[in-house]
Amino acid sequence: MSVSPLIEIRDLRIRFHGDDGRITYAVDSVDLSVANGATLGLVGESGCGKSVTSLAIMGLLPKQSAEISGAIRFDDFDLLKTPDQTLRDLRGNRLAMIFQEPMTSLNPSLTIGDQIIETILRHRGGSRRNARERAIELLRRVHIPSPERRIDEYPHKLSGGMRQRVMIAMALACDPRLLIADEPTTALDVTLQAQILELMRELKAASGAAIILITHDLGVVAEVCDEVAVMYAGEIVERAPVDELFSAPQHPYTVGLLGSIPRLDHRAEQLATIEGMVPNMAQPPAGCRFAARCPFVLDACIKAPPPLIETSPGHLSRCIRAPLERLVS
Amino acid sequence: MTALLEVEGLVKHFVAERSLFGRAVAHVKAVDGVSFSLEAGRTLALVGESGCGKSTVSRLVLRLIEPDAGSVRFDGRDLLALDAGGLRAFRREAQIIFQDPYASLNPRMTVGQILTEPLALHDLVPAARRSERVAEILRLVGLEPRLARRYPHEFSGGQRQRIAIARALAVEPKLIICDEPVSALDVSIRSQILNLLRELQDRLGLAYIFVSHDLAVVKHIADRVAVMNLGQIVEEADADELFATPRHPYSRALLSAIPLPQPHAKRAKVLLQGEIPSALNPPPGCRFHTRCPFVIERCRNEAPALLADDGGHATACHRVSELPSADTLLPAAGGVSPALAKLVAAFSRKTEGAAVSGVGIQGTAPTTK
Repeated sequence: MSVSPLIEIRDLRIRFHGDDGRITYAVDSVDLSVANGATLGLVGESGCGKSVTSLAIMGLLPKQSAEISGAIRFDDFDLLKTPDQTLRDLRGNRLAMIFQEPMTSLNPSLTIGDQIIETILRHRGGSRRNARERAIELLRRVHIPSPERRIDEYPHKLSGGMRQRVMIAMALACDPRLLIADEPTTALDVTLQAQILELMRELKAASGAAIILITHDLGVVAEVCDEVAVMYAGEIVERAPVDELFSAPQHPYTVGLLGSIPRLDHRAEQLATIEGMVPNMAQPPAGCRFAARCPFVLDACIKAPPPLIETSPGHLSRCIRAPLERLVS
Repeated sequence: MTALLEVEGLVKHFVAERSLFGRAVAHVKAVDGVSFSLEAGRTLALVGESGCGKSTVSRLVLRLIEPDAGSVRFDGRDLLALDAGGLRAFRREAQIIFQDPYASLNPRMTVGQILTEPLALHDLVPAARRSERVAEILRLVGLEPRLARRYPHEFSGGQRQRIAIARALAVEPKLIICDEPVSALDVSIRSQILNLLRELQDRLGLAYIFVSHDLAVVKHIADRVAVMNLGQIVEEADADELFATPRHPYSRALLSAIPLPQPHAKRAKVLLQGEIPSALNPPPGCRFHTRCPFVIERCRNEAPALLADDGGHATACHRVSELPSADTLLPAAGGVSPALAKLVAAFSRKTEGAAVSGVGIQGTAPTTK
């Protein structure tokens, strides 16, 4: 499927230095790649490092407190070594991002048209009139009714679903090669979520852009992603093609997650629970970070950090007990 | 068996705009003629999207806000006729848990103080025995008694929700209203709280009104489901029945909009077009007609009544008898592969054996009755 990936992350490590001298190990040795036209789901619970990873790709982490190492290769750039000026040219252009909260990521004092036009003029230049026409076209593409009229409205006049469409239109303004969507539908009602997911599928098919979708919702992952990376406590614990992840997960954390969701397509008397708590990331455990909560734990798990091993082609697990089928047969 | 709670024709309109002289000129019709009943020890789910009135109903039932019309009977008593003293006594029997455990606990009180307050307020336990009772309640929700000395900020979201549940349980209620109790929680924590709620129901015979937008959660926890749209119930049925044969086009759309954790799931989808209309000015006739794929002229003019069949499955739709079968919309079973089922079973079995401090349910003696 992949010839040469569009974006390739190698050994990404991110540490935050707090004011009190404390270090938080937010992301550790993350390797990821996404091919043109593919959608990667980045899944995990609060604080697992999924959003921090995406902010690192966008170059949006605070320079004073975030210490970043590794490499993020995108096109011909290493994004971690790219000067700010070049990054500004890339962002909104070839790299675009959609955030969870459309209410706070739009400027309330500018019309939606002004905000989209600003992006187009900044990256593409040309006349304001042409940019406006393109903005109307974009609003039409994300199915905003009567875009000629809507373009002059302020964000507060739009509903949540409409605002998220505007955010998507803005992200698409310069035909990005990579779109990062951070919980794009979490703030929306289910019927609107279904509309936005459908829209993302449609746009992906039309533009061929690669998408990194960050979410905690495994249903959303199953519906739109080709490949999934599960993160836990700053590390990728499992990576697999979407079908395999849902049918034969190879990391106990993934098993726990899949078992803990109530499902419409399956009846469970009791939901699985993952006992215990996420480790304190100021002092991550020496061995496997999930060991303290893992029902399959061995002494060896606690002693050394487990490597990411390939259990079948394209399926990686950071668990020394994988393949897990051995444990239940 | 008579119902624990009977709600009849509940109406609440909020004033959205006033004229210069203070006369109301626009109303949000938050709840517009809602009726249902709930038996002791059962769970009724109120389902719908933002602004459908489900939270307003739950507040009306507790008389946290006053209805404009309708009646609420709890255990045979007319709630709307209660005076202040009677209302306080009623609050002992009906409690509420809110969505956001970060906002619903007073940050300046310790957990012990938070849990002692209802005991003192209702004078349930003599002062000398209160700390003992607090320890009991904490154990009941799976927290260690020593945590009573701590403040809410020292707990995780899931633990805070346990504290909120503990506070509701302190007065030994018969009914707990759970308003989106797991929406703000991570998935693995969510399952702990859902399991806890079910276990408490079995053990203490609690009735729940479970307000949620998440049908998968509702399917797991509810005995009966009422689907609301713009202030009205559009469909009400036993949970199994509703999920097997949803009738109202809105219920079907909601059901098919939920992303399934099953890649390449084979099912048809109803994608609703357009936005949710405002409750400020709900559409005439059937309030769903602007988004309904089966709309006919009659729907635009005449509001359908909520009519129940012999099995107690009620639907408010003019076209209910002529709608196509919903079978293609339903998620096919088999989303859980045999391999996954085995792994999850092994995962759960092992976890139950492991004793982890601070979480998980610890053995307790029955504390009520």
